[in-house]
Amino acid sequence: MGASFVPLMIFTVIWGGVGIVLPFLVPKGPNRGVVQVVLMLTGATCWLFWLCCYMAQMNPLIGPIISWKTALVMQQEWGSGPQPAD
Amino acid sequence: MSSLFQSEEMTLCQLFLQSEAAYSCVSELGELGLAQFRDLNPGTNAFQRKFVNEVRRCDEMERKLRYLEKEIKKDNIPMLDTGENPDAPQPREMIDLEATFEKLESELREVNQNYEALKRNFLDLTELRHILRKTQVFFDEVCTLTINMGVVAGTPGGVAQSPSTPDDEHVGLLSEEGMGRGQTASAKLGFVAGVILRERLPSFERMLWRACRGNVFLRQAEIETPLEDPASGDSVYKTVFIIFFQGDQLKAKVKKICEGFRATLYPCPDSPAERREMCMGVMTRIEDLNTVLSQTQDHRHRVLVSAAKNIKTWFIKVRKIKAIYHTLNCFNVDVTEKCLVAECWIPVADLDNIQLALRRGTERAGSSVPPILNRMSTTQEPPTYHRVNKFTRGFQNLIDAYGIASYREVNPAPYTIITFPFLFAVMFGDSGHALIMLSFGAWMVLCENSLAKKKSKNEIWNIFFGGRYIILLMGLFSFYTGLIYNDWFSKSLNIFGSAWFANNQTYNNLEIWKHHETEKDLMLDPKNAYSDKPYPIGLDPVWQVAENKINFLNTYKMKISIILGVIHMLFGVLLSLWNHVYFKRTVNILCEFIPQLIFLTFLFLYLCILMFHKWIWYGANMVGANKEYDEQHAPSILITFINMVLFKYSDDPNEFMFSGQKMLQMCFVVIALICVPWMLFIKPFVLQSQHKKQMAANGGAHGAGAPKINPDFESGETSELPTPVDGNNSAAPAAHSSGGGGGHGEHGEEFEMSEIFIHQGIHTIEYVLGSVSHTASYLRLWALSLAHAQLSEVLWSMVMRIGLAQKEYYGAVILFFIFGAWAILTVSILVLMEGLSAFLHTLRLHWVEFQSKFYTGAGYSFTPFDFHEMLAAAEAADEGD
Repeated sequence: MGASFVPLMIFTVIWGGVGIVLPFLVPKGPNRGVVQVVLMLTGATCWLFWLCCYMAQMNPLIGPIISWKTALVMQQEWGSGPQPAD
Repeated sequence: MSSLFQSEEMTLCQLFLQSEAAYSCVSELGELGLAQFRDLNPGTNAFQRKFVNEVRRCDEMERKLRYLEKEIKKDNIPMLDTGENPDAPQPREMIDLEATFEKLESELREVNQNYEALKRNFLDLTELRHILRKTQVFFDEVCTLTINMGVVAGTPGGVAQSPSTPDDEHVGLLSEEGMGRGQTASAKLGFVAGVILRERLPSFERMLWRACRGNVFLRQAEIETPLEDPASGDSVYKTVFIIFFQGDQLKAKVKKICEGFRATLYPCPDSPAERREMCMGVMTRIEDLNTVLSQTQDHRHRVLVSAAKNIKTWFIKVRKIKAIYHTLNCFNVDVTEKCLVAECWIPVADLDNIQLALRRGTERAGSSVPPILNRMSTTQEPPTYHRVNKFTRGFQNLIDAYGIASYREVNPAPYTIITFPFLFAVMFGDSGHALIMLSFGAWMVLCENSLAKKKSKNEIWNIFFGGRYIILLMGLFSFYTGLIYNDWFSKSLNIFGSAWFANNQTYNNLEIWKHHETEKDLMLDPKNAYSDKPYPIGLDPVWQVAENKINFLNTYKMKISIILGVIHMLFGVLLSLWNHVYFKRTVNILCEFIPQLIFLTFLFLYLCILMFHKWIWYGANMVGANKEYDEQHAPSILITFINMVLFKYSDDPNEFMFSGQKMLQMCFVVIALICVPWMLFIKPFVLQSQHKKQMAANGGAHGAGAPKINPDFESGETSELPTPVDGNNSAAPAAHSSGGGGGHGEHGEEFEMSEIFIHQGIHTIEYVLGSVSHTASYLRLWALSLAHAQLSEVLWSMVMRIGLAQKEYYGAVILFFIFGAWAILTVSILVLMEGLSAFLHTLRLHWVEFQSKFYTGAGYSFTPFDFHEMLAAAEAADEGD
C-alpha cells in the first residue's frame, strides 16, 4: 500500500486544528457562530479535497505515458529514482 | 443567538403616539431604521390622506431645490458634500426653509431673465456693428461701379477730374455726383441692410430673385465669428446682406421677404460720416453692455456659490421631512383625535432600542405623554430579517436572489460563505489565475472606504464592488485548489520531487531509444517506475508532461465531484432536520426526513464508500497475496453501481470488491426501494387521522373557523395560537414544502385527501428522481475544471510558446508583444469569462441541488423605515435621471 504517514499526519493536524481547535478560540461577539461555522467548513472541505487527491494517487492503476524525449529529460532533471538492488 | 442561522424573531406592535410628538418620534425611528410600518389606510387615495398638504409642500421645495441644483451644475460649481447627516427639522422650521428656497429661486429666475434680455441686446448691437463694417465695402464697390459708369457714359473729361479713388469722404452712394451724369435716368436707389442665418441665405436669394423679377441687387458678406443665440445659447453663423432696389413696391416686397426668412433689418445711414458716428456709438454701447453682463454673471455666480454650500444638507432635510409625512400618512387617527395609532413590525431583540428612541422623540417634542408600545399577537407571517454585516451581506444577497427565506427557517447563507467559494474553486482550479482574482478582490477590500465614497454610476463596477468579499474568498480557495491540481497557468510545479521516474533499468537501455527512428511513447509502469510514496501535496507534476493526463484526471475529478456532491446534498438533508425540529413537525421527521436520509445514504453514500475502497485496496503495485487487487481486476465503480440497482450479478468471483458485497448491496437497494412508498403513503394517512381526531375533539365544524390541525405548519406562526392558514403561504416553489399540503389556499375548508396525496406524490418523485439527477449534475465540477485546464493549456502552447521559442535577438521584442497578447487573453477569457461561468454554475448548484433539500424561500423581506436607505435610493434615482 503506497502511502506514507508523514503528509497524512501533517495535513490532518493542520486542517484539524483549523476546523476543530480554532472554533473554541473564537472570541465572544455577535459573529461567533458564523466564524465557527466558517472555520469548521474550511477545515473540512480543504482536508477532504487534499485527502481525495492523495488517495487517488497512492495506489495508481495506470502510469503516465510519456514520449522518450520526455523520459530522457526526466531522467536528467529529476533523477533516475531509487536504484533497485541488483 | 447569531441571527444569521435563522431569521430574527419579529413581533407586531401597536404604537400610540400623541399628535405633537408623532413627528419627532417617527423621525427618531427613521434614524434607527428598525421598524417596518404597515399601511393602515390602504383604501384611501393619496389626496385624501391626512398630511397631503405637507407632502405637497415638500414636493414644491424639492422642485425648487432641483432647479437650484441644475443651475449650479450648469455653472460647474462644486457642491460641498460634507457627509454629515442632519436630523429632520421640526415642522416649524419647514416654513423657514420654504421661505429661503422661495427667495433663492425668484432671485435666480430674475437674474436669468435679465441676463437673457441683456444678451439679446448685445446680439443686436454686435450685428449692427458687423453690418456697419461690411456695408462699407459694398458702398465702395458700388461707388467704383458708378464712377466707371460715369466714366463710360459721362461727358468726356468731365469725370476724369473726379477723383478716381473711391474716397468715401467725397463719394456718397446716393449723392448726385456719383450717380446720374449719365443718361440713365437714375431714380433714387433704396436699400435695406440686415443679418440672416447663413443656412438660409441661398433660398433667400432665390426668393428675392424670383419675387422681384431680378430687379434687386443683393450683396452679402459672411460674419466670421459665430454669434450666440440668446434663446438657445448656441453659436450660429450669420451673414450680412444689403439689398438695393428702386421704388416703393419693391421695398415693400423685399421687407416682407426679409420678415419671412426671419432676417433682422437694421437702419443704416447713407453717408459715411453718419455711419462712422453710428459705429462709434455702437462700440461704446457694446462695451457698456459687456460690463453689465459680466456684473450680472458675477452676481449670479455669487448667489449660486452660497447656495451650493448648503444644497446637499437641504436636500437631505427635505427628503427626510417628506419621508416622515409619508409614514405619518399610514397611521390611523384615534377616535379622540388626540393621538395617532401605528402598526409596525419590530425585531424582538430591538424592543429596548425602539423604546429609547420613542422616549427621545417625545422629549424633543416637549410632550408630556409617553408613547405606548403594545405587542400584538397575530397569525400573519412576519417579515424575514437577517442581521448582516458588510461581509455576510454579499452571501445573503446570493441566497435572497433565489427567494427570501420563510420566517425563521434555516438560512443557508452562513454555510454558503465557504461552500460557494469552495465549489467555485473546484471548477476554477488554477493558482495563477487565482492570484489575479485574489489581488483584485484584496484591492477592493483594502480600499473599500475610499472606493465606496466615489459613488460610481457604473453598474458593472457596483456589482463587482458589492461582491468584493465573495471574489476575495473565491480567489483564496482557487489558489488552494490550484495548488492541489498543480496548475499554475497550465504549468505544474515540482516542489517535492515526482513520485515517478525513468531510468535505464526500467527501460532496458534508454540510450538505444535515443537512436530510434520511430518516436515511441512509453508508459511508466507503476510496478517499476513508481516510488511508493505519492506526491505529498496535490497532483504529481509528471502528469503535466504525460500524454494520457486527461485519462487520469478524468477518473480523479469525476470521483471527487460525486463525493463532494453527495456530501453537499447530505448536508442539505440534515439541515431540513433542523427545520423540522424547530417547527415541531414530528410527522415530517418520521415520514420525510428518515426515508430521505436512508435513500440518499444507502445508494449514493455507498457509492462514495466504494470509491474510497477502490482507492485504498486496488493498485497496480499489489503483489503477493493481493494479486487479485491489481489493475487487471479493478472493477469499474459505475458498472458496479448500475448492476447493483438492476440486481444484475454475474458469477465471476473477481467482480466483488469485498466479501459479502452481494448481500449488502441487495439489502441496501431493497431498503432504499422501500423508502419510496414510505415517503409517499405514510404521511397523508397520518395527517388524515390527526384531522379526524381534531374534528372529533372540536365537535364538528366551527364554520369558517375550522382550523387546519397541522401543528407542523410550514409558515411562521406565533406559537401560542392554533394556526389557521393564511393565504401568504401560497404554492411555494420548492418541492418538498408540499408536505404542508393542507395549507394551500384552503381556509378551513375540508381536508382534501386527494390534494394531500398529490402534493406528497410530487414531493416523493422530485426527491427520488432528483437525487439521481442532482448527483449527476455535480459532474459539472469535473467538466468545468477540465475545460478551464484545457483552455489555459491551449493558450500557453498556441500563444506563449511561440514567443518563448524564438531563437534570435529580436525574439525578445516578439516575446514582449506575445506576452501582452497572452496576458490579455488570460485575463479576459480565463479569469473573467471562465470565472463568470464557474460562478454561475456554482450558484445553480447551491440554488437547485443544495437548497431543494430543505429550503422553502417563501418569505418577504424586512424593509424598515430607514432614512439611510431612503436617501440612498433617492440619490440613485437622481443619478439615473
